[in-house]
Amino acid sequence: MLKIDGVSKLFNPGTVDEKIALMHANLHLKPGDFVTVIGSNGAGKSTLMNIISGVMKSDAGKIFIEGKDVSELTEFKRSRWIGRVFQDPMAGTAPRMTIEENMAIAYTRGKSRGLSFGVTRAKREIFRKELQRLGIGLENRLNAKVGLLSGGERQALSLLMATFTRPQILLLDEHTAALDPARAELITTLTDSIVREMKLTTLMVTHNMEQAIRLGNRLIMMDKGRIILDIPESRKKDLTVEQLLGEFERISGKKLADDRIVLG
Amino acid sequence: MLASMQGAVESGLLYALMALGVYITFRILDFPDLTVDGSFTTGAAIATVMTINGTQPWIAIICAFLGGAAAGLCTGLLHTKGKVNGLLSGIIMMIALYSINLRIMGKPNLSLRNQMNAFDQIPVIVIAIVLAVVIKILLDQFFRTDLGLSLRATGDNNRMIRSFGSNTDLTTIVGIALSNALVACSGALIAHHQKFADNSMGIGMIVIGLASVIIGEAIFGSKSIFRATLAVILGAIIYRIIYALALRVPGMEAQDMKLITAVIITCALVIPTVRRAINTKTSARKRTAEVLSGLSRPGGGGR
Repeated sequence: MLKIDGVSKLFNPGTVDEKIALMHANLHLKPGDFVTVIGSNGAGKSTLMNIISGVMKSDAGKIFIEGKDVSELTEFKRSRWIGRVFQDPMAGTAPRMTIEENMAIAYTRGKSRGLSFGVTRAKREIFRKELQRLGIGLENRLNAKVGLLSGGERQALSLLMATFTRPQILLLDEHTAALDPARAELITTLTDSIVREMKLTTLMVTHNMEQAIRLGNRLIMMDKGRIILDIPESRKKDLTVEQLLGEFERISGKKLADDRIVLG
Repeated sequence: MLASMQGAVESGLLYALMALGVYITFRILDFPDLTVDGSFTTGAAIATVMTINGTQPWIAIICAFLGGAAAGLCTGLLHTKGKVNGLLSGIIMMIALYSINLRIMGKPNLSLRNQMNAFDQIPVIVIAIVLAVVIKILLDQFFRTDLGLSLRATGDNNRMIRSFGSNTDLTTIVGIALSNALVACSGALIAHHQKFADNSMGIGMIVIGLASVIIGEAIFGSKSIFRATLAVILGAIIYRIIYALALRVPGMEAQDMKLITAVIITCALVIPTVRRAINTKTSARKRTAEVLSGLSRPGGGGR
């Protein structure tokens, strides 16, 4: 489904600030895979997300989606296959537009946008039904401006907007990190149920160790731009946070350093 | 007095198209587009020259609309493809248009007296009302289409709309072109209304457009696109009325009008801010006093 083949990225190449963000990273996701990604600061997790989505172009290597080489496509062209939720709850929705208008934008993902009405009666019913999935009453507030919603509500809406058109790939970049624990738990639960239900191929960056173990069927660990550990479902089931941290220390020779790390 | 009021409403409605253009760039796209000063004159120049050369006035005005769109297209390309700062790309086009407009007209001003006129058959006020209403409704509908929604989202949350597969370069260019098309159309109508075109008639137009948007929004609100476009049109009319009244003040002359415009827009910007600050302060004081008196009372809750 998603194949990352020898992708490398340098920041500030040729200067004193040169930094290896990704070093020959290889990753292959099968359809329906739900992979959680952990790693220390500057391990290249976000860079990996940005290169897959096309925000950045890699310096070497290729990205394939369903066997198609998308390495040279721009971000907006790739988003036809890729749904994304950002860390910032404000980033995934347009605040001065209503909930149904935001849903209409998500609904036309990857299609050409012409002069037909964005919100019609038929589409409104679809939106209402999809919003019910979230269970937070947004289906009754279709005409509310998104800017009036709380951070948790906005992130739930972002998650729904990123997923309800069933993109081939879902990228979640620490999408619960900016929320308080209760909201984060809500979004985590929703993520789990939506990804399962829609069978989305998902890559999720998290700094929450417990979440990384609990969610998904595969876990990868990154350090210094490399994927240093790839834990399959069979081993992941019985994994504990202690084991995971120990594993990291053993391979990288240092403690996992993430200033926002949550052990669980 | 009454005649001058009717004149103010008429030209307010004609200038409203320009104000709607400014609204599209400033408010919807969040792009400060200064092309307006040039494209307003471009519209007037195209319509005047074509009319003098025997083209039907309404066809000339449609050509002015297209000419404005072309000017906006250039600004949009400069900004998105050339990565030139938004303000700067507008200024560059504005200065380029100054020469282009002179080229179109051949000399600094042209008279439309004794020529065919767009307002020959039907009174100005009727045409102006119909045009303003029709264009307002068309814009309202456009901003509800898929393309319109992605244009609004481009100004609202650029990153989000790109993640949903919209080419923000394209939506930005479309928005700026549409805006300047309306501005040029307004310029063409004004030229026909006042029966001349002048190479300097667009100077300060951006400020007048902004003043209309700000006055309209301050008085009538901007909760939805429908409300906002209505507010912009009414704002343009109110601006013209204030302008007409200011001209009647003894000692005021036409040459003072740019200064008056500056004063009007300053008031429109500063008064709401000051009012908000005063409101916050008084309500905070009142509330604090309430809380304090509640606390001093024995058993009183400090809710």
